[in-house]
Amino acid sequence: MRRWIAPGAVVWLLVGAAYFLVPLVATLLFSLRRNETGACCTLANYGVILHDPQFWTNIRVSFVLALETIVISLLLLVPTVYWVNLKLPRLRPVIAFLAVVPFVVPPIVLVVGLLDLYRGTPDWFYAEPYGFLVVAYVIIAFPYIYFALDAGFRAIDIHTLTEASQSLGASWWTTITRVILPNVKAAAVAGALLTLAIVMGEYTIASLGAFDTFPVYIQYIAQNKAYPAAALTLLSFGITWAAMVAIALGGRRRQAAIVAGGR
Amino acid sequence: MLGFLLLPAGQVLVGAFRDPEGGWTLDNLATLFDEPYRTAYRNSIEVSLVTALAGGFLGFMIAYSAIRDGTPRWLRSVFTTFSGVAANFAGIPLAFAFIATLGTIGIVTQLLADTLGWDPYDHGFSLFSKTGIELAYLYFQIPLMLLVISPAIDGLKREWREAAANLGATPAQFWLHVGLPVLMPSLLGAAILLFGNSFAAYATAYGLTAGGVSLVPITIGYLLSGDVLSNPHLGQALALGMFAVLAVMMLLYVPLQRRASRWSR
Repeated sequence: MRRWIAPGAVVWLLVGAAYFLVPLVATLLFSLRRNETGACCTLANYGVILHDPQFWTNIRVSFVLALETIVISLLLLVPTVYWVNLKLPRLRPVIAFLAVVPFVVPPIVLVVGLLDLYRGTPDWFYAEPYGFLVVAYVIIAFPYIYFALDAGFRAIDIHTLTEASQSLGASWWTTITRVILPNVKAAAVAGALLTLAIVMGEYTIASLGAFDTFPVYIQYIAQNKAYPAAALTLLSFGITWAAMVAIALGGRRRQAAIVAGGR
Repeated sequence: MLGFLLLPAGQVLVGAFRDPEGGWTLDNLATLFDEPYRTAYRNSIEVSLVTALAGGFLGFMIAYSAIRDGTPRWLRSVFTTFSGVAANFAGIPLAFAFIATLGTIGIVTQLLADTLGWDPYDHGFSLFSKTGIELAYLYFQIPLMLLVISPAIDGLKREWREAAANLGATPAQFWLHVGLPVLMPSLLGAAILLFGNSFAAYATAYGLTAGGVSLVPITIGYLLSGDVLSNPHLGQALALGMFAVLAVMMLLYVPLQRRASRWSR
């Protein structure tokens, strides 16, 4: 066994670190430039963003969308995954297959289908982000939440827990809320954070559906104000970063599953 | 849940064969082989292949360097965490980060021009081209590769390497005859994932070039946003074409996978 790091490994790790860090450092320097002269250094660009009411409107829309997506997904999937793992284990491969479908269908294809499918539905659904977009985002979040929950349910012995709870006279409702949920809380939180990061960054469907979300705002600023756009980019990176670090701290077991997002 | 998922996909399938009057037709699909759609498909496939291969290679080398004996353990967790972030950092912000870095007035562009007197834009480079899109895609392709291939590299047992060395094999011989064949199924799977990942990407390319480079998702976006007034079924046909390309990749993958995993167990 080697005691020192191999020279070849150092080279590749440096290449990797540079590829990751150079664009971030460049964006940081870019965001500190003065608007008129392009010289360093000022925080004015951050002020421009924070004082733009449109920024607060759009980021709020995206945040509420994310919360709505998370709540609907968990309400749909927690009972489903619980029931499938408990009573219908033969259905697991079927659900797992369905969960891969949103991975395979590109968002651009999804939006083609959805816009057409829901054409003619009432305006309160079709023209509102909290209607149409949430449907799209629940679909996109499905695999992330499903695989997180499935891993969580498989890590605990739900049969024993359920039987123990029921033999002590607990109802189904008590069993689920007092016994099962606390045990899968970590998995649900991981799935929710991942969903938050994805929804806060999703551009394809939001822009083609003509909704004003956070990424749509970033694109609007990027076309009009270069230096403030760099400040926004870093902010958006910070959101992704915070969500990922929270997941890594919450559950160290399943890091490999944290993959892909807004693209 | 089922309806949510399958209805839009079905809608695309059926819509691709419809004409504006509601009748059945193959014209939409035939149009895919005409310009400008032929170029869009060629560009998309080219960009996806390049970033899958380059990203796969770089991601593998970095993953192996982070895991191999001698590299401190904390370095590996740093790289894994960073990769989790970078693989999810895509779309409009990623595009803008590259504009701030390598755009015409980007930090690195200016640094090269001021200190070395070598402006990449005078030498045929442009961020707003296929090369630029590939560079930006690699930012999420490399970490994705690192995340998916790491468990497979963990599965390479140290004993195999020591056994090979004891029998007189050079490191090159070990990789050629033991390491790569064992990893081949995982490498192929990862390459397919990377191809699909970049084939589906829309926001990054749009943010970078605003549609200047013709890719299939960008073209669909144009048709949808009504910049080009035309037949909505053409967008569905293009979407169906994307399915077809991904399906062909899967069909190539299955026999390769079977051959590669022939002797693992």
